[in-house]
Amino acid sequence: MKNYRTKIISNQEISPGCYRMRILAPGFSESAHPGQFVMFRVQRSLPPLLRRPFGIFRTGFLPADCDGLPPKEFVEIVYKVVGRGTTIMAELHEGDKVELLGPLGNGFDVPSCDGERILVGGGIGLVPLYMLAGELVDKGCSVRLLMGGRTRDDIFAVTEFERLGVETYVSTDDGSLGEEGLVTQVLERKLQKFPKAEVFACGPMPMLCAVRNICLANKTPLQVSLEESMACGVGACLGCVVKGAGHTEERPSYLCTCKVGPVFKAQYLDWNALAQSHGCGGCE
Amino acid sequence: MSNPIKTTVKKPNMSVEIAGIKLRNPVMPASGTFGYGEEYAPFLDLEKIGAIVTKGLSLKPKAGNPTPRIAETVSGMLNAIGLQNVGIEAFIQYKMPFLRTVNTPVIANFFGNTLEEYGEVAKRLNDIPEIAAGELNISCPNVKQGGIVFGTDPRAASEVVALVRKNLQKPLIVKLTPNVTDITVVARAVEEAGADAIACINTITGMSVDIHTRKPRIANRTGGLSGPAIHPIAVRMVHQVVQTVSVPVIGIGGISRPMDALEFLIVGARAVQVGTANFVDPSVMQTIIDGIEEFCIDEGIEDIHELIGSLDV
Repeated sequence: MKNYRTKIISNQEISPGCYRMRILAPGFSESAHPGQFVMFRVQRSLPPLLRRPFGIFRTGFLPADCDGLPPKEFVEIVYKVVGRGTTIMAELHEGDKVELLGPLGNGFDVPSCDGERILVGGGIGLVPLYMLAGELVDKGCSVRLLMGGRTRDDIFAVTEFERLGVETYVSTDDGSLGEEGLVTQVLERKLQKFPKAEVFACGPMPMLCAVRNICLANKTPLQVSLEESMACGVGACLGCVVKGAGHTEERPSYLCTCKVGPVFKAQYLDWNALAQSHGCGGCE
Repeated sequence: MSNPIKTTVKKPNMSVEIAGIKLRNPVMPASGTFGYGEEYAPFLDLEKIGAIVTKGLSLKPKAGNPTPRIAETVSGMLNAIGLQNVGIEAFIQYKMPFLRTVNTPVIANFFGNTLEEYGEVAKRLNDIPEIAAGELNISCPNVKQGGIVFGTDPRAASEVVALVRKNLQKPLIVKLTPNVTDITVVARAVEEAGADAIACINTITGMSVDIHTRKPRIANRTGGLSGPAIHPIAVRMVHQVVQTVSVPVIGIGGISRPMDALEFLIVGARAVQVGTANFVDPSVMQTIIDGIEEFCIDEGIEDIHELIGSLDV
């Protein structure tokens, strides 16, 4: 965990409104676990004031130059342009100076043995699943990735996931890519076929709630990666808390998304409260 | 600093004294933006800052407010955390062991839900020898009980400060709210009741609305505004307080650069606290300390006290 004052290697649009930024970060990959995140400082001047949290897509090394120096290490984030901060980010170029704090938080608890694993990613929620998929494949797991989006524009990196050795299933609400319908319908079918699978999910709250309900009904272990507004990213401001399971007025339980999360085992969360604070229903 | 001529320049004296506590320099974090110190240890040498100020402590653990708790505004942020904290006992058991290893004065910020609780927490702080001073919070805008109820009424403020002064065998700093008609009235009241120093300002009550959902952007409806947006208001209020009281004043509000801190010192603050900027850059206090030192060297200032209260009006 470190504050990198560094620069951008590349920043490319990979699907409409969705960008992949590669940032120079020596020593980053040693400490980064699947599901962790970074706090990215958009620019040195104001506004925006606060850093923005982004899931780590992957880490890696640039091909070594013939200068005799060790190969350069990088971290990649993938982000969608949704507001002022990400609009400014989309306009950044190679060589631009940026600040990056990370890797932060607790990532996925990667099972130590092989077995059936199902990953569910909704839109930009696919980001933290790439490193996870890689580790699971390395452990000998059989990994199926269910990619969901509203339209084909929300789906990215399909080939890269497949190259890891992951079976991918794409579904979109409008049928513009893959199967027409919700990713959760695919999940229900897969769980019938692989009832002993473990599930890992990241995506919008209505999707996470539906995934959680399905897994609860099937008694399937589930880990979810959450997204909340954050100021510090290191557990100091207490702005990003979510309610833990069993939270009551008398015995309150608030968990920092940045420090205890962003990945939680589903049974540790108060899903009703989560759904409410994100303006969606359907979780109990 | 890389200039070989400059390395021979004598470094200015940066140390100041607040209520009998010697600080190596006048820069410390604002309560609630620095956790219990440990959170920032990976990014900052805690032995280079003037002091560590803890998150506000209460007699019992406090859960805080419902979410969402924060929202970014133009050059600022609104928060209504609701004084979530581990409570004084857990602080002693789990947070003090780390703080004991750091050679920097620790100031414990504290509050109570009732007058009696304020008094009890103050007594409990006496049991921790490594706590250099108490910072009494009578200014949190985001909780119904305690906090601001005491800070907006000079008589209530005077009463709580007098009780805490009696119970606390350590220097007492009182942190004031800007959410009053005239901050000098409360400042005078707490000085007369026995405050050894005054810290100001806490956040300014604000509100922000999501135009699409038409709901307040934080669950508590209103929150405290902090960040660069409030800096000039804070400088004005610190100036007013310095003119009113004779105890040392700690300037707080919107500091994110060395020059923001220097403004507070020039109007007469003996020290400063950095808040929201810690979230933006976890090592910002080091940048501010270095910047103040560099400014002194450039201006030929040998002792920071030459700067404090040097406002030319």
